[in-house]
Amino acid sequence: MRSFTYERAKTAADAAKTVAETQGAKFIAGGTNLLDLMKIEVETPTHLVDVQDLGFDAIEETPEGGLRIGALVSNTALSAHPVVRRDYAVLTRAIQAGASGQLRNKATTGGNLLQRTRCAYFYDTNMPCNKRKPGDGCAALGGFSRQLGVIGISDACIATYPGDMAVALRVLDAVVETVKPDGTARAIPIADFHRLWGDTPQTETVLEPGELITAVVLPEPLGGQHFYQKVRDRRSYAFALVSVAAVIQADGTGRVAFGGVAPKPWRVEAADALLQQGASAVVAEAFADARPTEQNKFKIPLAERALAGILADARG
Amino acid sequence: MEFNAPATENLFDRAKLVGKSTPRIDGPLKVSGAAPYAAERHDVAAGQAYGWIVGAAIAKGRIRSMELGDARRAPGVIAIVAATEHEPVGTSPYNHAPLFGGRDIAHYHQAIAVVVAETFEQARAAASLIRTQYDAADGVHDLARVKGAAKIGTGFSGESMKDTLGDFDGAFGGAAVKIDATYTTPDEAHAMMEPFATIAAWEGDKLTVWTSNQMINWGKRALASILGIEADNVRVDSPYVGGGFGGKLFIRADAVMAALGAKAAKRPVKIAMQRPLMFNNSTHRPATIQRVRLGAGSDGRITAIAHECWSANITGEDGEHGTLQTPKLYTGANRLTASYVSQIDLPEGNAMRAPGEAPGHMALEVAMDELAEQAGIDPVELRILNDARGVVPGDPETKISDRHLARCLKEGAERFGWSERKAQPGQARNGRWLTGMGVAAGYRAGPTAKSAARVSLSADGKLKVETDMTDIGTGSYTIIAQTAAETMGLPLDSVTVELGDSNFPVSSGSGGQWGAASSTAGVYAACVNLRRMIGEKLGFDGDAADFQGGRATLDGQGWQITEAGALSADGEMTYGDFKSDYDVGTYAAHFAEVRVDAFTGEVHITRMLAVCDAGRILNPLSARSQVIGGMVMAAGATLMEDLHVDKRFGFFANHDLAGYEVPVHADIPHQECIFLDTLDPIVSPMKAKGVGELGICGPNAAVANAVYNATGVRVREYPITVDKYLDRLPALA
Repeated sequence: MRSFTYERAKTAADAAKTVAETQGAKFIAGGTNLLDLMKIEVETPTHLVDVQDLGFDAIEETPEGGLRIGALVSNTALSAHPVVRRDYAVLTRAIQAGASGQLRNKATTGGNLLQRTRCAYFYDTNMPCNKRKPGDGCAALGGFSRQLGVIGISDACIATYPGDMAVALRVLDAVVETVKPDGTARAIPIADFHRLWGDTPQTETVLEPGELITAVVLPEPLGGQHFYQKVRDRRSYAFALVSVAAVIQADGTGRVAFGGVAPKPWRVEAADALLQQGASAVVAEAFADARPTEQNKFKIPLAERALAGILADARG
Repeated sequence: MEFNAPATENLFDRAKLVGKSTPRIDGPLKVSGAAPYAAERHDVAAGQAYGWIVGAAIAKGRIRSMELGDARRAPGVIAIVAATEHEPVGTSPYNHAPLFGGRDIAHYHQAIAVVVAETFEQARAAASLIRTQYDAADGVHDLARVKGAAKIGTGFSGESMKDTLGDFDGAFGGAAVKIDATYTTPDEAHAMMEPFATIAAWEGDKLTVWTSNQMINWGKRALASILGIEADNVRVDSPYVGGGFGGKLFIRADAVMAALGAKAAKRPVKIAMQRPLMFNNSTHRPATIQRVRLGAGSDGRITAIAHECWSANITGEDGEHGTLQTPKLYTGANRLTASYVSQIDLPEGNAMRAPGEAPGHMALEVAMDELAEQAGIDPVELRILNDARGVVPGDPETKISDRHLARCLKEGAERFGWSERKAQPGQARNGRWLTGMGVAAGYRAGPTAKSAARVSLSADGKLKVETDMTDIGTGSYTIIAQTAAETMGLPLDSVTVELGDSNFPVSSGSGGQWGAASSTAGVYAACVNLRRMIGEKLGFDGDAADFQGGRATLDGQGWQITEAGALSADGEMTYGDFKSDYDVGTYAAHFAEVRVDAFTGEVHITRMLAVCDAGRILNPLSARSQVIGGMVMAAGATLMEDLHVDKRFGFFANHDLAGYEVPVHADIPHQECIFLDTLDPIVSPMKAKGVGELGICGPNAAVANAVYNATGVRVREYPITVDKYLDRLPALA
């Protein structure tokens, strides 16, 4: 771990400004991912701006009939909130499928959106990695890629966004609210929040330097049955091989997003439209452009089978 | 004391303490955090500095240069010992890969430097400033590629690992029912919770290491050999060990680099190895490729049995001998067992819990399941039908000491509800779940090794036991206290036990499930000597007297043993040649029930049962912990544990506990362990055998067989993960 300086921000705008203007500065909230990465020098911030005193810890109903979730609401509090459990059960299920109780107590809503990939080569600073060091090459290509991405990836990087919460947010079409260093706010649909890697896998979201997440807004409830199925090698405390978030209506229509397969929660609206035809049609459409490796090509039939299980359960 | 004839009736047959479930006497210390593990021994040496080991970034080659200036100038740095400035350290009989090998790199994350600083954080930060340039060399990192160059391996005692009996080829060729199947097991990590950790301090020529080690005397001698100093100048102290599983049988880089760092810094140095180094810097269980051929009559009686195993190691020696149990388990007149070893450029392979046998069962006991199906015989019945009696099937000159495998199978089948199992696989379904049951037999040797102890009686009737035996979470403290209290006729709370210090008499140490039987026998020998000394002082025959409640009685006379005053006796148990006529083994029947998600193929274990035959169980409570711990590890081996070899760069890529998955609580919902009330008079006066490795011999195969029973899909490439068989699961409606 490199030495760094540390401050606790008083206002969101100040925090954003400081991070934008200070070379090597980063925000820290729960720190459940950042601190681990700092210890192995995958992350080497020179200055940390702690945002934990900024509030942003409430869950409030919006005039539109949805929920505004403060960026500092913990995973535990969000998943346990009675309205979330009742109206957005896919979100509760996704959060509780991730990490451990201790980590969920510390992890925040904003930070969870920004957790970084779990590619083994990203974690090993002896190995080439374009995400860590642009232009360095990608050791995962042709290497241990069983956990890695099958779609939306590039020749520069085949890593995945590893989280669960965001997969549910994608199905719900949540909106990420931010404040920029100049004090202006903006709202980013979750669909646009994470970037595909392209030639710049080091840039993982559309956030500008210093832009701070303040809240995540859920639109009004979708109704329907809510599912989150996470397929993994052990029953807890493991990242998804494939996860499926789905909201299925009584008529068999609905929405579906896949986790563990791409740089972002993977949802294709044209595939949603095929839900009444069954899992095979949906997955064929959603993964039409997939480029899996020999080690991870199983993820596509696995996604289909997991979705088929959900649709069978939805039929009862 | 030499054990040179089968045990007859003795005081342990009337035991009041030995054999009774007894909570760990060290338990309160451990759950309250008061048992200091190696890195927590803040009080043993003043002025401890912190060391951080730098691991090599290549798998094979040579260091061209190391730039050390920035690191040396970094805040808090006291000393740096670097491969470019230091001769390679020496070797020992216990280390195959170099622990600090100068410029030559034999494997990824080989130690190339230690940075010593005032704080842990300073040492870690400075270490990252070292810039190392390498000339990488080509290596071979793929077992399948080196398999063809394998040679016949040698066993623990130097014996050839190839044995034949009768005419295997002829008998197999003519067999009515045949199985010929190949299984693979991956490289596995010990993944113990406590990493390698050492505090090293020099006083002149004398070195003390407070460390975490299973085998104190091996460690003392090895460290002396590696550092080129006299063994008498080395003290090793390891009273508490937070998991070893064979990974801590040997001195590792933490101890060597702490010693070198302490010498350079002229200060005591503490190193706790960082988790990302724990997988490539250390030893591991080597991967295997195993071919099993079984031939049987249509009645299921085995006529031909062949088990061949291929593994590889950095030196081309000491592979993973998956064939070890095969000469022992089943009858069959025509046999071939062979374990072959090749050279490979990966970190060192070495002992991990039940070396050889644990993966060996994953092949043999699945092949037995395949044979049962083909012969149309229940898998429990097939094993009972081919159970061995009297002599070892693969070595008819050797007698079996005491064996109740058939009883384990029968009692286990009844207890588990085996009759509910559907013989046809893929037939039991409950909603989205396919359910199945599996069985496997287990064999693990029950070795003993000479072991010594010192017992000291104080004037107030308290007894202290000292031996360099270790407690690696197994319960050694407690069974040693039970043994001493029993033999001396004292209450358990009058006995204190001190372990793990090389200043104490040399014990068997902990490994190979020999520790429990051996170390307690050594304590018994010391107590017998103390009884004799008391008898001599007070004028009675200490062997003949009855010791109870702090008194000795004989022929109507009685003595308070404290009347003899403070006394101390050493004793050692050694073993006579008569044992070489026998195979002393432990046996088990393992059962598992699983449910498999018909959609995703995920396997959930729902129940596990082990029925164990291991002689007298010294402490059923801690023995149960040993067995169920082995069952957890077996479940991991079957379903998830896998060191993924990057065959281009030559290292284990998933080198942390997020990447190397071991079972969590949710994976292990229900375990049961039953011990048969057997006694083995050949093993020791205690008639007791270890169980620490029996628990991992068989449950792995039982789970695999249950997955097959549930799905009808046989996966012979471990671990059984969904990617290996998704395409073979029953089609979705």
